[in-house]
Amino acid sequence: MKIIVAIKQVPLRDSQFHVNASGKWIDETDLSFEINEPDAYALEEALQLKEKHGGEVVALCAGPARAAQTIREALAKGADRAIHIEADDLSSGLSSLDTLGVAKLLSAAAAPEKPDLILTGLQSDDLGAGQTGVIMAELMGVPHSTIIMRVEVREGAIRVKRELENGWFQHIEMLLPAVLTVQSGLNKLRYATLMGIKKARTKEIKRVTPAELGGALAPVLTIDKIYPPHKSKQTQIFEGDARTAAAQLVEKLKFEARVL
Amino acid sequence: MSVLVILEQQGGQWHRMSWETLAAGQQLAAALGQPVEAAVVGKGVGALAGEAAAKKLAKVWAVEHDLLDAYTPDGYATALESLVKKTTPTLVLFPHTYQTRDFAPKLATRFSQVLISDVIAARNEGGGLTFVRQFFQGKLNGDVRASGAGPQFVSLQAGAWRADTLESGSAAIESFSPALDPSKIRQKPEPPFREAARAVDLTAAEFIVSVGRGIKEQSNLPVVEALAKALGAELAASRPICDAGWLPMERQVGSSGQTVAPKVYFAVGISGAIQHLVGMKGSKIIVAINKDANAPIFEVADYGIVGDLFEVAPALVEEIKKATA
Repeated sequence: MKIIVAIKQVPLRDSQFHVNASGKWIDETDLSFEINEPDAYALEEALQLKEKHGGEVVALCAGPARAAQTIREALAKGADRAIHIEADDLSSGLSSLDTLGVAKLLSAAAAPEKPDLILTGLQSDDLGAGQTGVIMAELMGVPHSTIIMRVEVREGAIRVKRELENGWFQHIEMLLPAVLTVQSGLNKLRYATLMGIKKARTKEIKRVTPAELGGALAPVLTIDKIYPPHKSKQTQIFEGDARTAAAQLVEKLKFEARVL
Repeated sequence: MSVLVILEQQGGQWHRMSWETLAAGQQLAAALGQPVEAAVVGKGVGALAGEAAAKKLAKVWAVEHDLLDAYTPDGYATALESLVKKTTPTLVLFPHTYQTRDFAPKLATRFSQVLISDVIAARNEGGGLTFVRQFFQGKLNGDVRASGAGPQFVSLQAGAWRADTLESGSAAIESFSPALDPSKIRQKPEPPFREAARAVDLTAAEFIVSVGRGIKEQSNLPVVEALAKALGAELAASRPICDAGWLPMERQVGSSGQTVAPKVYFAVGISGAIQHLVGMKGSKIIVAINKDANAPIFEVADYGIVGDLFEVAPALVEEIKKATA
């Protein structure tokens, strides 16, 4: 079974973000980047499915040159090869391409591979639109399901466990090829081994440009500006050493909020 | 020229976010000077359509078909594509639920549009609506606009609009039977189920101490357990802690776990991603302890300590013991 995993490189989760001079996106100068967490789980699921059923895992990533690092890490963990849709403006959020534009490029790169299954994370930690996989399925004319917790492969089909709200789940069956967006935590992530890192150096990374994939689509969505959120609540912050702050907080909980 | 609100139901039960989405529809339609219509999708949704028709709306569409009895993204996308083509709304609103996330991006793609997802506010600035949504796990907000010929598709975050502002009225109900081809509905869904009966009912707790990624290791959990014990609180967690198996899933608070509203909610080492906030922002008093002063949890907190939880939590235990002795 041939599995394509669409992965994205995003800033580290605990980064401090500053708005850049344009006011429309973040200043990326001092940021470090990593694989989008739900995509890491998608990659792990693909590797486990390959171990069980055989086949090939291809990592697919749209991003600027720096995304090569994340792609190499995917190869080190066990992906067989990779496709890197490389363009500098893929780093600047919706201001250059929106989710439809990115999904169109990913689909154009994925379709000639004729994959049995496409996996990706349910959403990205940066834009958080949560739509790329669903749009790819529509563009490629294949069925999809989202927020997946388990994948069982059957003859030419899959049965998946989909997470619903409030602790409910549902099984869904569909024919392959299909697109699934996976939920974080559906498996246990592996670390790259030294051997894996060594092997990754010889694995193929095919670089393609948006132009080679039929060109970028003019965006439908534009970001006018980004900014820190306005506080909806007055928060009393206690500072100083832990003991002083704790004493002040308990004082407030007892005599102001009157909950102790 | 109208605003169309897609209501959500399952098995004849409303999703509670349907009403706040409808309230948002009324307000945005008024700002645009357009009528607002609502749609209920399923099989045998007459009674639900009747309930919706008691709101101030121009029309309620009962979108019915045998193939819409069980939800599928293929069925819903095609049914609503037909309805949108028939009614030509300028704006289509959805509650930002798991179900909406499953089909609305597909629907928008059919109109060469992109769903503006998880919106927390909207402004009418002459040239059309500007929508506010969160980026970087809630650390930044952004103003987003849609262009293009098609209708705008927008999903609204839980709690961003208030259902109690919904205006009553009397609307006409119209049936709409979309043409659906069974061979085009490729997902075969089985009935929803729960994993196991919940042993822990966090919703009944008056005090909750909830722990997040900041705890770093499972072996550090006693630090927050001691705080919970001192407060007589139930211990809860954000999703990553339960994913890692450090605490059972039944102790998870958030969109995929339990929704709680205790008297006091301590968020310890929880940054406050929206998936967590929707599960606890109704708490009466929220206390946040986090080393990152910019963590979104401080946006909803009443009291906060910016600091190392491994120092703050033990200090709090001492102070609570003194205060309640």
